[in-house]
Amino acid sequence: MTTLLLAEQKDGHLNDVTARALTAARAIGAPVHGLVIGKGAAAAGAALAKFEGIEKVHVAEAGFEHELAEPVAALLVSLADHHPTIMAPATVSAKNIMPRVAALLDVMQVSEITKVVSSDTFERPIYAGNAIQTVQTQDAHKVITVRTAGFPATGQGGADAPVETIAAVTDPGVSTFKGEALATSERPELTSAKIIVSGGRAMQNRENFTIYLEPIADKLGAAMGASRAAVDAGYAPNDWQVGQTGKVVAPDLYIAVGISGAIQHLAGMKDSKVIVAINKDEEAPIFQIADYGLVGDLFQILPELAKEL
Amino acid sequence: MKILVPVKRVVDYNVKIRVKPDGSGVDLTNVKMSMNPFDEIAVEEALRQKEAGKATEVIVVSIGPAQAVETIRTGLAMGADRGIHVKTDGPVEPLAVAKILKGVANAEGPGVIILGKQAIDDDCNQTGQMLAALLGWGQGTFASKLVIDGEKAEVTREVDGGSQTVELKLPAIVTTDLRLNEPRYASLPNIMKAKKKPIAEQSPADYGVDTTPRLKVLKTVEPVGRKGGIKVASVRELVSKLKTEAGVLP
Repeated sequence: MTTLLLAEQKDGHLNDVTARALTAARAIGAPVHGLVIGKGAAAAGAALAKFEGIEKVHVAEAGFEHELAEPVAALLVSLADHHPTIMAPATVSAKNIMPRVAALLDVMQVSEITKVVSSDTFERPIYAGNAIQTVQTQDAHKVITVRTAGFPATGQGGADAPVETIAAVTDPGVSTFKGEALATSERPELTSAKIIVSGGRAMQNRENFTIYLEPIADKLGAAMGASRAAVDAGYAPNDWQVGQTGKVVAPDLYIAVGISGAIQHLAGMKDSKVIVAINKDEEAPIFQIADYGLVGDLFQILPELAKEL
Repeated sequence: MKILVPVKRVVDYNVKIRVKPDGSGVDLTNVKMSMNPFDEIAVEEALRQKEAGKATEVIVVSIGPAQAVETIRTGLAMGADRGIHVKTDGPVEPLAVAKILKGVANAEGPGVIILGKQAIDDDCNQTGQMLAALLGWGQGTFASKLVIDGEKAEVTREVDGGSQTVELKLPAIVTTDLRLNEPRYASLPNIMKAKKKPIAEQSPADYGVDTTPRLKVLKTVEPVGRKGGIKVASVRELVSKLKTEAGVLP
């Protein structure tokens, strides 16, 4: 009996969160099969086949180009007989799909695990990370999403696993793709970036993100993030949001600029290796968790920092 | 067309919760409770659809203890027409909630069900997708825009890198993300009016649902804290520390 891992990929490029989720999947103890769907699935599947602990890769491209939840869930359910455990990194796409799979299998999903205690017992954060719950599943099937920030990435190793193309299932026909508006960015993805530069409400407006924060991110080759307050105020796009209801990240270096440190934001970045906080309020809660704090006006500090780097 | 909006009573988002020292859970005694923030956005969206002539009735449903009625009243004060309270004791998992909501949907026949994408207590992000699965309906999760047009709805969804638009055959499920709208505050006259709006009381058994939890919670503990470091005096000192001490910059 094997564990099925739904990979995250885009246009043939495997996202780093997949290698991290693979670490969690291997901890379950059963052999791991990968499933790669969407445009470019064949290329990403070939890449996944090289990872340590992957015994087989299933690839499904036709019919899943836009990763709509209804057909993808139907596909996963069709594979459930041979895979009593189905896992995925807790990405926006998987969060859309996996609960649908769980309900079709009559299973209570375990969302966003941060630790595998044993094959049926997991730790997961609740209340925006203010409490950690240990839960045991008693369902025949397990459907699990993985908060990947806390897991190291599995490396590539040894022989390539076989790659098999699987046929599309019947689309339930209740949804159709109409279009997308995606910003193309040269920056690394938030969830796999080594360095993240994040701005809060104190950035004051959208332009200041461009004028003050972007040059720093450019120099460091960093991804850009934002607090929920900044996203709410329209200063930054929604997918930049770091926090409990946004992205959960764990880069080597996280630079929080003008972010006071609301609990829900801390939940999204407190596993970062090194945290730098720049804030004019020296009492800001962010300083309680920052390795290096710099108190002062960000509009003076940021240009200076850009020069210094 | 009816719009059904499930709402959850949760610890207010401004409250810093306390974990019980014995590991048995989170202390909820004398804690301020409110409607889950994403559910407020869902109620607001349903009301806007009704105001735009796309819906005729907005029904708020909550599954929970006796006090869940207060949460339903909040929705009625915002402008919803009537409430359904499915009374339960103890926590109900998303799967059981979805099964109960399926029963409610079958009884009421809504054209759209709008839910918050996630409750801020258990942080599961499951109920909407599960309900869509059980009903066999299409789902538009993490919505930033909803356009209802006759027999279909167009939902713009927040995805990595931007947005995706899907067309759903009605009836369908929509779950809300932050930027869908800004919920209104209930005015005093509307709060008074809400007291007279009807709330029907039901039980999970009415819908044939067993709410016994599937997941066993073994313990609940506080997260391991992270210690604060040092304050640096200048940008130059910061960069130097990041290079030499922390080793995260070349």
